Amino acid sequence: MSGNRERTTGAQETRAGKFGAYGGQYVPEVLMPAVEELADAYERYVLDNEDGFVDDFRSRIEEFGGRPTPLSHAENLSERYGFDVYLKREDLLHGGAHKLNNALGQVLLAKYMGKERIVAETGAGQHGTATAMACAYLDMPCEIYMGRTDVNRQRPNVFRMRIHDAEVNPVDVGAGTLKEAINETMRDWATNVEDTHYVIGSVVGPHPFPAMVRDFQSVISEELREQSRERLGRLPEAVLACAGGGSNTMGAFSAFAGSAELPGAPEGTHEPAPDVDLVAVEAGGSSLGVDAEEGYAPNSASLSTGTEGVLHGARTKLLQTEEGQIVESHSVSAGLDYAGVGPELAALVDEGRVTPVNVDDDAALEAFHRLSREEGIIPALESSHAVAYLEEYDGDGPVVVNVSGRGDKDLDTVIEESAARDIDGAPTMEVFEE
Amino acid sequence: MTRSEVRAAFEDGPALVSYVAAGDPSAEATKEYVEALVEGGSDVIELGLPFSEPVAEGTTIQNAIKRALDAGMTPDAYLDLVRELDAEVPVVCMTYYNLIYQYGSEPGPEEFVEAAAEAGISGFVVPDLPVDESGPMYEACREHGLDLVFIVAPTTTPERLERMLDRTTGFVYVQGRLGTTGARDEVSDDTPEALERLRDADVPKAVGFGISSGEQAREVVASGADGVIVGSAYVDIIADGVENDQPTGAVADDLEALAAELKAGARKGLPEPERK
Repeated sequence: MSGNRERTTGAQETRAGKFGAYGGQYVPEVLMPAVEELADAYERYVLDNEDGFVDDFRSRIEEFGGRPTPLSHAENLSERYGFDVYLKREDLLHGGAHKLNNALGQVLLAKYMGKERIVAETGAGQHGTATAMACAYLDMPCEIYMGRTDVNRQRPNVFRMRIHDAEVNPVDVGAGTLKEAINETMRDWATNVEDTHYVIGSVVGPHPFPAMVRDFQSVISEELREQSRERLGRLPEAVLACAGGGSNTMGAFSAFAGSAELPGAPEGTHEPAPDVDLVAVEAGGSSLGVDAEEGYAPNSASLSTGTEGVLHGARTKLLQTEEGQIVESHSVSAGLDYAGVGPELAALVDEGRVTPVNVDDDAALEAFHRLSREEGIIPALESSHAVAYLEEYDGDGPVVVNVSGRGDKDLDTVIEESAARDIDGAPTMEVFEE
Repeated sequence: MTRSEVRAAFEDGPALVSYVAAGDPSAEATKEYVEALVEGGSDVIELGLPFSEPVAEGTTIQNAIKRALDAGMTPDAYLDLVRELDAEVPVVCMTYYNLIYQYGSEPGPEEFVEAAAEAGISGFVVPDLPVDESGPMYEACREHGLDLVFIVAPTTTPERLERMLDRTTGFVYVQGRLGTTGARDEVSDDTPEALERLRDADVPKAVGFGISSGEQAREVVASGADGVIVGSAYVDIIADGVENDQPTGAVADDLEALAAELKAGARKGLPEPERK
């Protein structure tokens, strides 16, 4: 193990769980002992590799998950933009998204901790699917909460969870998206805290979740650095990743920002690399800004437009009214549709290390079709936001886009939304309909 | 009200702490309900300031909060309501940290605590602010003479309990069971054990989460509690009133009757010679 686990940028204090002004543990007292127990387990098993936990994780994420994922040169996009575009192919990870890195890590950790039951929330369903898959693989009972709106727009993923024998509970309150699913999962956890582990799906929530999820996801940027050296002979000029809660973002950025690393990381894969631009692409939705009166933001751009507050266990940047009520967010992509963001990402933005940008729903849909048509890769609508930003990117490359997941789960939404919006370059199904 | 009055409310035998969400279903109704609860024998009013993400609440109070938010309840309207309350008992503000943190011109708890003190609030219960993160809030409460009440859960470890008791004034909120708020039919088996752990603490102990009847109040006090905290059982009455379009006065009468039942039950829980 290289001895630089504690080396961090100013924003990242892994063991204390504070990232500059952000982070912390703002949860009901009933959960605090579980959160402390988890923080202790995180330090021992994840940071210190007690009982060979990280070795076990690394071997399983290769054997079961199919890592490493390739870094693919996107020839046609490179030609289109005049600089080299590479794609980090998390869509090729087992289950079709980066989510398995974290889900497998946490379910395995719950096993090591002697927990007997898993609960999780899911937005787009990718995290739920990954958790259900990891639970089936590791033989753990699993219950997933999902907002009703998301159940309706992500039906294939709901069925995938059920195939793996997970119970799926639709949540009917509010807008029925990720925020409501998290609230409900926290309630379940508070009731069953003694034998249950809550697998949070992103770099959000109380410490140690933001640091721990980042560490499990950091395999993305570890590989990305090694592969860049081998393929490009250098580090990329920029890494683009979409940001909802921020788990694929932190996974793709952490090794370049010098964040703490998993034991056993290849030498030199977590040196800070200030010459690599880290661009977090948020969901601009249909427009930026918050309608405080309606309690609604037609976007999910909390890094670009949010303000500091406390939600779901952490202090971070949020979409909220001036009074502090959390507003409903919007994105055409269920996986980005969340009013908060990971506290470390918020701190990295404040520090100027990460640049937040956003693209709107239409641009994301166009990018979805562009990548499908020109490179033969169907990206998740989440990832399509990162791909879309290539249209605006102003540099010489090479640029790596983290394709966080595949888009099969989004086809119903894409068919419907592309037709409704008259998206450039989108095929239609109309010719087949009587 | 001064800080001693929350504690003082426990001095005349077992105290009844009654919760309603401010603005459910309107600020005017809340005023009447609070008066009725006091009339029925409540010694402390726990007045909820509605937050959009009430993760510590069960369905009953979650729905109440939604009704209140839909009716336009805001932190400023809440403070107005407190100013207009004609309550002879201390009022404790129960809310989530983000609302406290956002209030005023600078992020942080100071401005809301100050405004709350001026409006007549005597203390705070903030379920998502564990003792570990409570430093600035605790300081602000001390400065303005307000109590900060911590919730002790069945899962709370002895080390955490000690840290909490260091910062507790007013009373200790003993969470009677795992999970979220909500009326239940039986007192949890965890309750006597939770109270036993607090036996030597020099602060009144009130048990909440799940209490809905006089008989349950009796049981809890017989187990050694200095008071009972009731919320969802009242909110069920209010919800029923909304659903059946009942006049505010009729709902207030039902609330008063339940408060009286709970108070009488709590008194019965005392050993014979201590009953007043």
